Amino acid sequence: MGGESNGQVIFKAIDLKKYFPLRRSLKEILTFSPGRFVRAVDGVTFDIRLGEVFCLVGESGCGKTTTGRMIARLLEPTSGKMLYKPTQETLSKVPPKYVDKDGYVDLSQKLPKRIDKLLRQEIQIVFQDPFGSLNPRMTVYNILKEPLIVHNIGSSEEERREIIYRALSEVKLTPPEQFMERYPHMLSGGQRQRVSIARAMILRPTLVVTDEPVSMLDVSIRAEILQLMLDMQASRNLAYVFITHDLAVANYLCTRIAVMYLGRIVELGPTDLVINNPQHPYTKALIAAVPEPDPSNRFKIREVPIKGEVPSAANIPPGCRFHPRCPYVMDVCKRDEPPMVEVEPGHFVACWLHAKH
Amino acid sequence: MLEVKGLRTYYFTLKGVVKAVDNVTFSLGKGEVLGVAGESGSGKSTLAWSLMGYVPPPGRIAGGQILLDGEDVAKMSEDELRRKVRWKKVSMIFQGAMNALTPVFTIEDQMAEPFIIHMNMTKREARERIVELLKEVGLDESFLRRYPHELSGGQKQRIVIAMALLLNPELVIADEPTTALDVVVQAQIMNLFKKIKKEYNISMIFITHDLSIIAEIADKVAVMYAGKVVELGTSEQIFLNPQHPYTQGLLKSIPKLRSKEKISWIPGTPPNLVTPPPGCRFHPRCPYVMDVCKRDEPPMVEVEPGHFVACHLISRR
Repeated sequence: MGGESNGQVIFKAIDLKKYFPLRRSLKEILTFSPGRFVRAVDGVTFDIRLGEVFCLVGESGCGKTTTGRMIARLLEPTSGKMLYKPTQETLSKVPPKYVDKDGYVDLSQKLPKRIDKLLRQEIQIVFQDPFGSLNPRMTVYNILKEPLIVHNIGSSEEERREIIYRALSEVKLTPPEQFMERYPHMLSGGQRQRVSIARAMILRPTLVVTDEPVSMLDVSIRAEILQLMLDMQASRNLAYVFITHDLAVANYLCTRIAVMYLGRIVELGPTDLVINNPQHPYTKALIAAVPEPDPSNRFKIREVPIKGEVPSAANIPPGCRFHPRCPYVMDVCKRDEPPMVEVEPGHFVACWLHAKH
Repeated sequence: MLEVKGLRTYYFTLKGVVKAVDNVTFSLGKGEVLGVAGESGSGKSTLAWSLMGYVPPPGRIAGGQILLDGEDVAKMSEDELRRKVRWKKVSMIFQGAMNALTPVFTIEDQMAEPFIIHMNMTKREARERIVELLKEVGLDESFLRRYPHELSGGQKQRIVIAMALLLNPELVIADEPTTALDVVVQAQIMNLFKKIKKEYNISMIFITHDLSIIAEIADKVAVMYAGKVVELGTSEQIFLNPQHPYTQGLLKSIPKLRSKEKISWIPGTPPNLVTPPPGCRFHPRCPYVMDVCKRDEPPMVEVEPGHFVACHLISRR
């Protein structure tokens, strides 16, 4: 937890964008006016290192889930690049023309299906809702067998059973034989989320996207799932992308934090620096707003320095997209988008307060 | 002002009797805020519904008293409840209420209805009162003509809070009022509750699974587990000196923003309330379980003035 991870960079997102088209009204069609888009993710750049927990934090609608889904390749980016460095074993199977000189494969290019499948196997996702993400008509055994079938792992039924057995004991659903034949409705929320984690881990991925994996669980069992994720990371060499709205959870689990606002990263850096020395006014407000279990809080009003609520991603303000809510707004903020500047080693902020103008 | 004594609310289902609220006792003074904490299925929402006389079938109040200014709400008929209690004395902000605003009426129309029906006000009088209330919750007159779909989550929640205050109730019950909201909006809404508490000197019951939210507002805290209150005390007593192993476990499982302190969890899952474990209901998950816990239900013991705990570890001392 925390601190620096010096693992190699296995994933790079460069100016990644995802726009969803809005339905056009009749008037718009008749006047040939240009289509409008929800700019869910609007140019994010970051890298993910092996052995770290990289966190995407933000309020609802900031584009964190869309980013996660693009990394897991469930959504095709509108533009931008995603570079992924496969394991040696996989790399040896990828034709050299798809690999750049540093050993990265550009995931946004058209790849042959066979190669694509190999790469997809290495990037997996755990969804937020343990009630909706497991097929209610399949037993745990079949849920876990599906990825093995798709990726052709295990030659015989016995071998697959063995793999599933190990996967279940790894997520501490023991005794595994008992859980294999159960249906999702026979499991508690925590157990279901363990099955989701086992389903992602069974393919031995190197990069796992977890989209709010504990937000729908009871407080008393959240820690158990978080610990399980950390244990799995310790026993395997992998990286997590952890998507959450909860800064306290991010502080507990993550190595680095990227704070997102309306489709952009506004601040990025090691957890300690972002939490204890936040630079962007939005990050400061988010941190000020987190409630803490201290009974003396009831006597004071929590000063949250920003006003209003997040505007719609279909109608993003010009310049710095945070400017209508910012307490320090200047003229330049309304005009130009702020660049990312490094304020201290590894700590980046996109704010005109910190950039030259 | 409010005294609940030995309240039992059971659901009589085909699979058996679900003891959702089982022998709950507490009291609440004027202007006090009680936080009710507990996991899903601990009976905290059922407790709130019982106080309003709104227990959905097949549930009903099976015993105990709810004394509101000396009158027993548990014994009132539906008609009496409607005339005397609901919304006038006790009002409630239901979980997810902001999504239950009528989409086809303007805010003014939905808010004016109780004034016109209950208080025989004219439309104009009602409007004046509504504008006052909207100001109170931080919204202006322009919201009168708007429809719910034009509002953001935080604004809708403010409307719902204003609606709970319409008839000047003495007690407001809020069931998970901030769970669907983002952190920044949540902080704004909590500030609004603090302001209301101060200005109106109103009593409130805050129901949530999030102990951090309870710390933001509650003077007293009741921790519920499997239909029972296991610990009850002032906020300071509960947060700084928790006695029940369940309360201690819950507090240790909250990640904190300012420290990397290791968090822990409570192994196992809450019990099925049709067949709760014998003895102390928490014993299968308790790290300090003793033989007596499996056999006898622990009594509520007052460990210091106003601080009650139901645990054999305490009662044996």
